Amino acid sequence: MKVMVAMSGGVDSSVAAALLVEQGHDVVGVTMRLWGGESDTGCCSVSDVDDARRVAQQLGIDHLVFNFSEDFNEHVVDPYVAAHTTGITPNPCIECNRHVKFARLSERATLLGFDAVATGHHARVTASPTGLQLERGFDRAKDQSYVVHMIDSADLERTMFPVGDMNKADVRAHAARLGLRTATKPDSQDVCFITSTGGRIAFLGKRIPFRSASVVDARGTVLGTVPAVEMITLGQRRGIGLPGGGPKRFVTNIDMESAVVTVGDEVDLLVAGHTVGRMTWVEGPSSVADSDTVLVQCSAHGVPQPATVTVHADGESVDVRWIERQRRIAPGQSLVLYDPTDRFVLGGGIAASVL
Amino acid sequence: MTGDTLNDVHACDTLTYLDHAATTPMRSEAVEAMLPFLTERFANPSGSHRFARSIRQVVDEARDVVADVIGCEPGEVIFTGCGTESDNAAIVGTLGRHGGVAVCSAAEHHAVLHAVEHSGGRVVSVDSAGRIDLDSLAAALGDDVSIVSAMAVNNEVGSINPLDEVAALVRSRSPRAVLHTDAVQAVSWIDLRTITPHVQLMALSAHKFGGPKGVGVLVARKGIVLEPLLQGGGQERDRRSGTHNVAGIVAMAEAMRLTDIERVAENSRITEMRDRLVDSLQMQLVDVIETIPRGIKVAGSAHVCIADIESESLLFMLDEEGLCASSASACASGAMEPSHVLAAMGVDKRYSLGALRLTLGHSTTDSDVDRAIVVLVDAVTRLRAGAVQQATR
Repeated sequence: MKVMVAMSGGVDSSVAAALLVEQGHDVVGVTMRLWGGESDTGCCSVSDVDDARRVAQQLGIDHLVFNFSEDFNEHVVDPYVAAHTTGITPNPCIECNRHVKFARLSERATLLGFDAVATGHHARVTASPTGLQLERGFDRAKDQSYVVHMIDSADLERTMFPVGDMNKADVRAHAARLGLRTATKPDSQDVCFITSTGGRIAFLGKRIPFRSASVVDARGTVLGTVPAVEMITLGQRRGIGLPGGGPKRFVTNIDMESAVVTVGDEVDLLVAGHTVGRMTWVEGPSSVADSDTVLVQCSAHGVPQPATVTVHADGESVDVRWIERQRRIAPGQSLVLYDPTDRFVLGGGIAASVL
Repeated sequence: MTGDTLNDVHACDTLTYLDHAATTPMRSEAVEAMLPFLTERFANPSGSHRFARSIRQVVDEARDVVADVIGCEPGEVIFTGCGTESDNAAIVGTLGRHGGVAVCSAAEHHAVLHAVEHSGGRVVSVDSAGRIDLDSLAAALGDDVSIVSAMAVNNEVGSINPLDEVAALVRSRSPRAVLHTDAVQAVSWIDLRTITPHVQLMALSAHKFGGPKGVGVLVARKGIVLEPLLQGGGQERDRRSGTHNVAGIVAMAEAMRLTDIERVAENSRITEMRDRLVDSLQMQLVDVIETIPRGIKVAGSAHVCIADIESESLLFMLDEEGLCASSASACASGAMEPSHVLAAMGVDKRYSLGALRLTLGHSTTDSDVDRAIVVLVDAVTRLRAGAVQQATR
């Protein structure tokens, strides 16, 4: 097969490319240039591109750089910035996968005659009687099915995750065996366009005006102030301008309009469930029957919790009702539905209102 | 495993090379001219012994040749490391010595544009062909301006700036300012002797006309004093310290001499091929714009904008067929940047997204053009069909 492998310059995608070559595929490596500004690895991550290119050269495959920075700004960075002014905290990695990696890149791959796009994600494409399934990666600790949940079964036919069957340690060992320069490169941690030195504050501070907010308790008593309501996230415990030593207090509500942050006990955060919008489905909304119990994961490495799900008539939103009340999910975060065995992704969407 | 796919590439046999604005193949005469200075004639021309003096003579003779082709005095020729260095030496060197403000157009090569922007200078607009807009230049000029930079030929789209008009304007509005021209893309196509009288500073680069990479020229006319970029041994009359790249200088002079002799004949040979290339594309494909009218650009430039495709996709398909072309300049990561030149010209996005820079040069043959037409028509047709299919899915 002719396979385009997205090479970030990390060890997973390096080994993904190597495995595809070993399997005899006709492989071309592509590094996407997404962010043109400052990053932890230099302007437009040049050193990561260098790593990807050197690995490709070592494997004897072509390597290209595609400039998707306009798409990245439009679909990932700009919405991320705008969302913070309305109290929403989106997951930019998911939006990048949704709009760039598994949309823009895979469309281009098809246009250029490739049969599949491969990435270094720890996830698996598994055949089943009803069609292709998106399964968690073999290495549960490194599983990334959460961030690629939006790929549907039709697109899974053209998607490959060559390291999805491997332990991370085996991935590194394979890279070391081949002498790839990325073998011991640390895993990337945070959002690629936010530097570890400046963090979110520096990034957002240059792009949106920060407004100070008063911090109140449930009865409205003012306890303090925070310099930027835009930086406050639901459930947050630190950095809310309260003296230490008292009871643990969490952000339980953010009123963006009047710039008031309410704090309370953990119990005040617990909710019965969420309406989840902008749903995508691996096999379609009918894969979940009314009031089915499924497992729902709310962050990249969060512990999935059991819940019943009711699909709305349009199939684009669902009600998730926790079996046991859970902490409220910050609006904008993704909830991903897994089957009761906790292996297969059913679908996912964005947290909206509280039930 | 090694990168066999790339190491096996031998330009002349397997590739159709239409990227002469990026770099040209070296002329065999230039290669031959430089070899002795990479082997037995290795002395440093700044030395005092007879071995050094013999090499000094070679550099002096090369300077005479270069000065003759430029139409200036040998003492006005400064050998540098590349075109970018020459541009920076002109702009940064003028500002460093005299202060004031630098002015250039938005379509300049980044070697000029970034140097001017970095210094806090003024960037003026261009017309629809990428030539400096004389009205906005006039508005930007004044007593505080110390240097104006206007390229002779645009490296992306090939349009020619009216340097005589620019010079007249600068003289009348900013009499104390000098005019610098980045003439890196001009040497193969324009007799530099027609440009030199209008400017005080000029940048050239050897590898754009059959010479080697890593050597360039800065022309600084008599009386022009610059703050040097490099401090050191005081070579090039204190204007550019650093040991001479003797082999590069000799090869550059030889390439320049031959280019000058052949220029008239090459201009008509290549114009004919370029016109046939663009005519054929426009006949066989709809919605292909020749970006710059033929009367105001150099012979080697066949820049086209192809509607409803993306340059990166097209370049991939051309690359698979061994056709070397480009779209705009590449950034440090190797990604193609959206063209700042087309943006400054105000080209409609539907067309600028499909920008393709095909540039012909001294090694281009009729069969290169034949092959390019076939490959391009096929690639564009397939891309457009695929895009329609994706849109209707």
